[in-house]
Amino acid sequence: MSIFVNENTKVVVQGLTGSQGRFHGLRNRDYGTKVVAGTSPGKGGTDVDGVPVYETMAEAVEATGADASFVVVPPRGACDAILEAAAAGIRFIVCITEGIPAQDEALTYNRLIEEYPATRLLGPNCPGIISPGKTNIGITSGDIALPGGPVGIVSRSGTLTYQALHELSQQGIGQTTCVGIGGDPVPGTSFIDVLSAFEADPDTKAVMMIGEIGGAEEERAAEYIAEHMTKPVVAYIAGVTAPPGRKMGHAGAIISGSQGTAQAKMEALAEAGAVVARNPTEAGTTMVEVVKGLG
Amino acid sequence: MDLFEYQGKQYFARWGIPTSPGGVADTVDEAVARAEEAGYPVVVKAQVKVGGRGKAGGIKLAANADEVRQHAGAILGLDIKGHVVHRLWVEHASDIAEEYYASFTLDRQARQHLGMLSAEGGVEIEEVAATNPEAIARLYIDPVDGLDLDTATTWVGAAGLPDQIRDQTAELLVKLYRCYVEGDCDLAEINPLILTTEGKVHALDAKVTLDDNAAFRHPEWEEYAATETEDPRELMAKEKGLNYIGLSGTVGIIANGAGLAMSTLDVVNQVGGSAANFLDIGGGANADVMAAALEVINADPAVKSIFVNIFGGITRVDEVAQGVVDALARVDITSPIVLRLDGTNAEAGRAILAPHLSDRLVAEPTMLDGARRAVALAGK
Repeated sequence: MSIFVNENTKVVVQGLTGSQGRFHGLRNRDYGTKVVAGTSPGKGGTDVDGVPVYETMAEAVEATGADASFVVVPPRGACDAILEAAAAGIRFIVCITEGIPAQDEALTYNRLIEEYPATRLLGPNCPGIISPGKTNIGITSGDIALPGGPVGIVSRSGTLTYQALHELSQQGIGQTTCVGIGGDPVPGTSFIDVLSAFEADPDTKAVMMIGEIGGAEEERAAEYIAEHMTKPVVAYIAGVTAPPGRKMGHAGAIISGSQGTAQAKMEALAEAGAVVARNPTEAGTTMVEVVKGLG
Repeated sequence: MDLFEYQGKQYFARWGIPTSPGGVADTVDEAVARAEEAGYPVVVKAQVKVGGRGKAGGIKLAANADEVRQHAGAILGLDIKGHVVHRLWVEHASDIAEEYYASFTLDRQARQHLGMLSAEGGVEIEEVAATNPEAIARLYIDPVDGLDLDTATTWVGAAGLPDQIRDQTAELLVKLYRCYVEGDCDLAEINPLILTTEGKVHALDAKVTLDDNAAFRHPEWEEYAATETEDPRELMAKEKGLNYIGLSGTVGIIANGAGLAMSTLDVVNQVGGSAANFLDIGGGANADVMAAALEVINADPAVKSIFVNIFGGITRVDEVAQGVVDALARVDITSPIVLRLDGTNAEAGRAILAPHLSDRLVAEPTMLDGARRAVALAGK
């Protein structure tokens, strides 16, 4: 089984007519994702390589019965696109947009939970979600994922997510679902949301979690792991050597003072019973051992 | 982006937050002119983006022009924790009755804005939070609702500020919140927020961090960006549009993605080396970007080896490999380069590199191997 999405998920690509939207949207379709429509103001009635384009999300949902959306819209329009999708009844929204102002992100997150509590937002600034062999919504390269499980992956970093998929696939270990929650300050979906979904998924037998410096999401995830997770968790945290007070590319990857250091996160996770690896390669080899031990 | 105090005060002024009259000076003569305008006594303050200015001798009181000359001369050029003072803020000295603390920032855990207000200002708020957490009145603000005057007034009472200044403080806090939201701040902090002996509340300091992601709707931020960094390596990287942070080690780092770049720093450290920089070239690692990245790292005299760590997801490794080859044809690199290229089309990428490999351009199969080799080369 997969979490949040499956082979029947019908996706609308918001911003399908842009260069990025077209590239990733069609790539997702080629992978097998049911990309049923796109939206683009002023381009309704046209199509992108056979995928019909609508003016609004309401029209796209009405015409196709879509239940998910993929937001590939620049920062200044991304939050409106998210809210438009939620208002049209979309239950699962993936937003890959990088560079959304934190004020907009905080406002949008709170509007979503207050006005559209049934809608889940993944991202912004995330690689998306892939359930190997079933569906791929986002920018992850499908080639590096291996279907069949038994590992679920949750990550705050894009390239480290690919690295993790690759390390496991190379060793012949498949993934049930790989979820990139993104590195922004106000992610729509948290580590805990994903961990609890993996815990409930019978096909996922072990979880790889990749975090980074900044915030306290990993510490909260550690508390959740200690109290609720019965499945083994292998964790890796990037940014041990990051200098304090500097942004390292992600809005999320910033530490101030002693809060949010990689060391503190690693200690919290180890105490919670997770196996903490010191680098991505070690995380891969550790997971190989864990999977062998599952019998 | 962090603002200097004077920039923060100018930013505050746009939302009508009261500050002391003053001005900017880059020379002793300018400092005297600003002092004459502000009216004596004045405070001469070093403009550096680091705490502890007062203790380092960067903040001085002056009663007349001679004293301004003396202090301005001493402070200009002063090195405060590695930050050299090039600019002063000269303002009229306030008669301080009490010192408070006020700030707004985003609380990531609560996913809401957090206002903090304390009657115990003038010191490090982390210290107050650690030793006397009840002294800080915390207010969580739903961004959908914002902060209204009634809520702010109640909050001022909860923080234990005197009744007679409750209304003017609440008004100031609403203005500060508007500055924080409309001004796209990651942090808007006043420490100390003072009560003068005349009964007026105003900002004696300003600590503002702007959200770089919002720069597209603030063209006026360009003047702040121009004064942001003095590190020549960072200035060069910025000109080339690269996401670069200068560090003090000897292994130059190029990686794609912030997470992988941070992870590369860590692995270099784990195998006994130290990184000269953080550099994330992002998703599209073509020859132009690679050449720019290599140029910036090559310009750093401390760099003894360069580790290029690329994982191709959407970016195809063969394109990256071609980018490296093209870049090397354009840029004369003085340090040996270690390449670790993996992911989509890795085989094709290695084939492109094969004829170019030498003791100056080395390929390694994994991140760990690459880090070991780069550290060994840096140590030679």
